[in-house]
Amino acid sequence: MKTVLETKNINKYFKKPVLFHVLRDISFKVNPGEFVSIMGKSGCGKSTLLYILSTMDTDYEGELYLNDKLITGLDKDELSRIRSEFIGFVFQFHYLLGEFSVLENVMLPAKKLGRKSPEEIEYSAMEKLRMLGIEKLALKRASRISGGEKQRVAIARSLINDPIIIMGDEPTGNLDSFNSKLVFDIFQGLSKEQGLSLLVVTHDEDFAAKTDRIIEMGDGMILK
Amino acid sequence: MTNWKLILSIARTHLLTKFRQTAIAALGVTFGIGSYITLVGFMTGLNQMLDSLILNQTPHVHIFNEIEPSEEQPADLYTEFENSLIMIHSVKPKQSQKKIHNALALIDHLEKDRNVLAAIPQVKTQIFYISGSIELGGNLTGINAMQEVSYFNFGDYLIESEPESLENIDNAIFLGAGVAKKLSLSPGDRVQISTVKGNSFPLKVAGIFQSGIADLDNIQSFASIKTVQRILGEPENYITDINIKLKDIEQAPALANKIKKQFDLQAIDINTANAQFETGSTIRNLITYAVSITLLIVAGFGIYNILNMLIYEKMNDIAILKATGFSGTDVQFIFMSQAMIIGFVGGVLGLVIGYLLSVVIDRVPFETEALPTVSTYPINYDPWFYVIGIGFALISTFLAGYLPSRKAKNIDPVDIIRGQ
Repeated sequence: MKTVLETKNINKYFKKPVLFHVLRDISFKVNPGEFVSIMGKSGCGKSTLLYILSTMDTDYEGELYLNDKLITGLDKDELSRIRSEFIGFVFQFHYLLGEFSVLENVMLPAKKLGRKSPEEIEYSAMEKLRMLGIEKLALKRASRISGGEKQRVAIARSLINDPIIIMGDEPTGNLDSFNSKLVFDIFQGLSKEQGLSLLVVTHDEDFAAKTDRIIEMGDGMILK
Repeated sequence: MTNWKLILSIARTHLLTKFRQTAIAALGVTFGIGSYITLVGFMTGLNQMLDSLILNQTPHVHIFNEIEPSEEQPADLYTEFENSLIMIHSVKPKQSQKKIHNALALIDHLEKDRNVLAAIPQVKTQIFYISGSIELGGNLTGINAMQEVSYFNFGDYLIESEPESLENIDNAIFLGAGVAKKLSLSPGDRVQISTVKGNSFPLKVAGIFQSGIADLDNIQSFASIKTVQRILGEPENYITDINIKLKDIEQAPALANKIKKQFDLQAIDINTANAQFETGSTIRNLITYAVSITLLIVAGFGIYNILNMLIYEKMNDIAILKATGFSGTDVQFIFMSQAMIIGFVGGVLGLVIGYLLSVVIDRVPFETEALPTVSTYPINYDPWFYVIGIGFALISTFLAGYLPSRKAKNIDPVDIIRGQ
């Protein structure tokens, strides 16, 4: 069976301020449609791992496969393209472009990828917003909406290029329980109904307990 | 592959939402370029005016017969004294004619030279202006008025008269302003002059000549060549001076030398005649360039500063763009295009403002005795200044945008996202 994401013996060191072995021999797989959460104490390297998996951090040893294709060692522009085509990203802080409208924020990655015409992009962006129940906000400035709404816009943005996997770095870390549940339900819906893989770093045990699989990390290693 | 439409639309949104900042950055360019255009136009305008004050009325090469002693005295030719020291006292100038020998043929010959724009004959003589029993010494120069107008801007120095009247009115004279004042004469009056030999002639004042140099205006007058020849009782080939205007002023010394050797005449080139003037011009130009370059560099630093701040403020946006699939080069282009838009808009506005200020200065009254034709401050509207101005605006914003945007290109999004 195809794997969406696979790592083989990933090691990473922080060189400053002192040499520090952050990640030790990380190897695991994510299957299509699987909802995986990564848990662990602060400083155990889970976010570091996530940024390596997201292809934004290229300073590591080991091999990273996306869709069974080795992407370790590709150049930065190539990685940018892969990132926009296959990976959707949701951060703890909402990270929208405050000067653009909600709709434009959602559309930007698709415009960059340039796979569809502007009309198609707008249509599918509205579709995503509708799915997340925030189509009314489409024309508002991204800096003028509430935190829970921002996170939903960020999710819509991560979906715009129909990625194969969505990664989240504490996507509910900054939200109240109502909005947390909302975000979880959205994620679960994506996994169950659309067969998307999800990989979410979280501190929230309730959140993790409801996912398909929990990867627990400690001291740079996978515990189970 | 770069999607310019997208990059420009992001740049535009950045610029428009931070409109005040954009406007300040653009105004920095505008003031730099605007003051450059105004200053350089004004300064070179003044320089040109001063240059033309001297250069326009000065022939590039002036040919005449000099009264001087012979270089070879008879004793030098005598072979008996070959090895002796010869001392001759009381050497007198050689008796020679004032007129240039075969002048008309010489003018024809000179005009065939492809460096020569025009060779214009003059007849110079000393006269006395007579008013009752008073005799006032002066110079009368016979000129071809229309040629003098086209090549030596003679018309600029005439007041209350047209240069044509010298040819059209019989026995017409343009009196020097000083002479006219002393003799209380105005155009339309008659003036009696007498030659050195004592013949007197009545002439009609057709106009007043004012060069702005008082010593000249107190003695100098002009009449047509024919009138002067008639006064002197000389034939039509009596020409005392030839003024040459060249296509390229740099050729003047070479041509003067050639004429001296070939025709045994005195020929003085403009560089020799006005050496100290040349130095003044060079220094004024140097000051103009120094001031303009300073202005442009100051404007450039202003742009650099503002773009740098803009990029620091946009660190988060840069990280998001990179996390969602934009490459470093895309981000660099976004900021470069912002810089270039600021440079272009600011630069064009600067040209407009510079032009408007120039027009205003051009209208400010500037009356001076020295320049009868100048009534407002001179401005040089050379299109090259505008080309240089917009060119510099674009180049300096490019450089000022390049360094900060390269930093944006190399920002690691992970650092920013984790840093929060």
